[in-house]
Amino acid sequence: MHDILSSFALALSLIAGGDAELWRIVALSLEVSLASAVFACALGLPLGGLVAVREFPGRRVVIVALNALLGLPSVVVGLVVYLLLSRAGPLGSLGILFTPRAIVLAQTLLVLPIVAALARQFVEDAWHEYREQLTSLGVSAVRAVPTLLWDLRYSLLTVVLAGFGRAASEVGAVMIVGGNIDGVTRVMTTAIALETSKGDLPLALGLGVILLSMVLALNAAAYAIREWSARHHG
Amino acid sequence: MEQVVARALSRLSFAWIAASVVAAVLLASSPSTPAQDFITVASTTSTEQSGLFKHLLPEARKATGIEVRVVAVGTGQALDMGRRGDADVVFVHDLVAEERFLAEGWGVKRYPVMYNDFVIVGPKSDPAGAKGNDVIAALKKIAAAQAPFASRADNSGTHAAELRYWKMAGIEPARMNPKAAWYRETGSGMGPTLNTASGMNAYALADRGTWLSFKNRGELVILVEGDTKLFNQYGVMLVNPAKHPHVKKELGQKFIDWIVSPAGQATIAAYKIEGEQLFFPNYKPQG
Repeated sequence: MHDILSSFALALSLIAGGDAELWRIVALSLEVSLASAVFACALGLPLGGLVAVREFPGRRVVIVALNALLGLPSVVVGLVVYLLLSRAGPLGSLGILFTPRAIVLAQTLLVLPIVAALARQFVEDAWHEYREQLTSLGVSAVRAVPTLLWDLRYSLLTVVLAGFGRAASEVGAVMIVGGNIDGVTRVMTTAIALETSKGDLPLALGLGVILLSMVLALNAAAYAIREWSARHHG
Repeated sequence: MEQVVARALSRLSFAWIAASVVAAVLLASSPSTPAQDFITVASTTSTEQSGLFKHLLPEARKATGIEVRVVAVGTGQALDMGRRGDADVVFVHDLVAEERFLAEGWGVKRYPVMYNDFVIVGPKSDPAGAKGNDVIAALKKIAAAQAPFASRADNSGTHAAELRYWKMAGIEPARMNPKAAWYRETGSGMGPTLNTASGMNAYALADRGTWLSFKNRGELVILVEGDTKLFNQYGVMLVNPAKHPHVKKELGQKFIDWIVSPAGQATIAAYKIEGEQLFFPNYKPQG
């Protein structure tokens, strides 16, 4: 218990100390996790929406597969992305292994199933509800997807935050494809893993507290935006 | 209703464009480092976790202008990174594996650059009576007492050394069938293995550098040290540009030249934790 309390004190003093290196790590964590969440949403929301409204052969298989991918082990994603981006791999000539771009790619692949699977469920429920109304207006199923997504924006915000949370808390894949390089690809989670390795458990937990505060602040901001926009736009 | 839908659609596409712009900006800004004067060095957890690189690399940069990006993994994995062409330079400690790497043509030349030593750590109470300066005798006692022993089991340089010592002792717990219950394979780096050993009061083989900078020691202390067999040599090699043409051979060689130069060697010697020197430079220019 003493250790945990001292970690909180350490976290506070780290935040107050304004250590430039720490902020760089925090900023990189935010940057790659937000970028991954945005990419995953740009792909996953329309994808989930289409699967929800379109009838096509093998649709059930796709839905089961999407849901199963929610449990995608991050180390496997890391390994696959590593093998793809490695110089000996098919995308090796890009030379982006051990860069933040590699991290964004791995995290996007991890977040994509979350966004697509949850969006599929939300949109499908809404589609059942509004189908008659929309088709009577001559809106085709595919054209209805953007409308439904917009209508569901507040529910989908939670999906986006879940995706961001998965990206920000990721360590296995990020370690493999980023390499935890000091000043280049060291993010909060890999820094925590490194301090744990060094046996500096209070510092590791202190960094964990900071990561948690960061995610909390972002969620609070998202909540505030939602409240504000609900008041102004109904 | 139609108007509502149309408005929603136009708003949505606006949101979509905005999101894409944000994403593009983020992606463009993420590789903010100039992609020129840097090399990637695959090295071991012992050099990173002991804090050596944090001390050494800024000096290397001052002297050579090269930004050195270190990916710290076990020696086995570091050499594999070299084989795949994912590193320009490898900086590791397992002579047998390094010579195989050279013989297979993956490396250009091996420079022995520094050494430190291994120690056996264990619980202060030393239930196996392993304390002393003979690593082989100590391992025999640990096995006889069936005292818990935490092994890296990760194909690292330290793991390779540990297996060699067990072989010399004539006991190979990793090959026993069924495996000895007191022999615990953690399959992880030096730090995590020490955390495990500390948690269950087990014996473990560690490099002195990682041990000195390790904070979560619990009841563990150094029990065996000073045996010449515990000598741990580090070598540095440029990955062969003939195998991987993208290897930054000039920059990589410049870094190697600096680290074996008197200035580089002195920088290694100057790294201390609580007054204790961690690594001993021993490069001798040879023919």
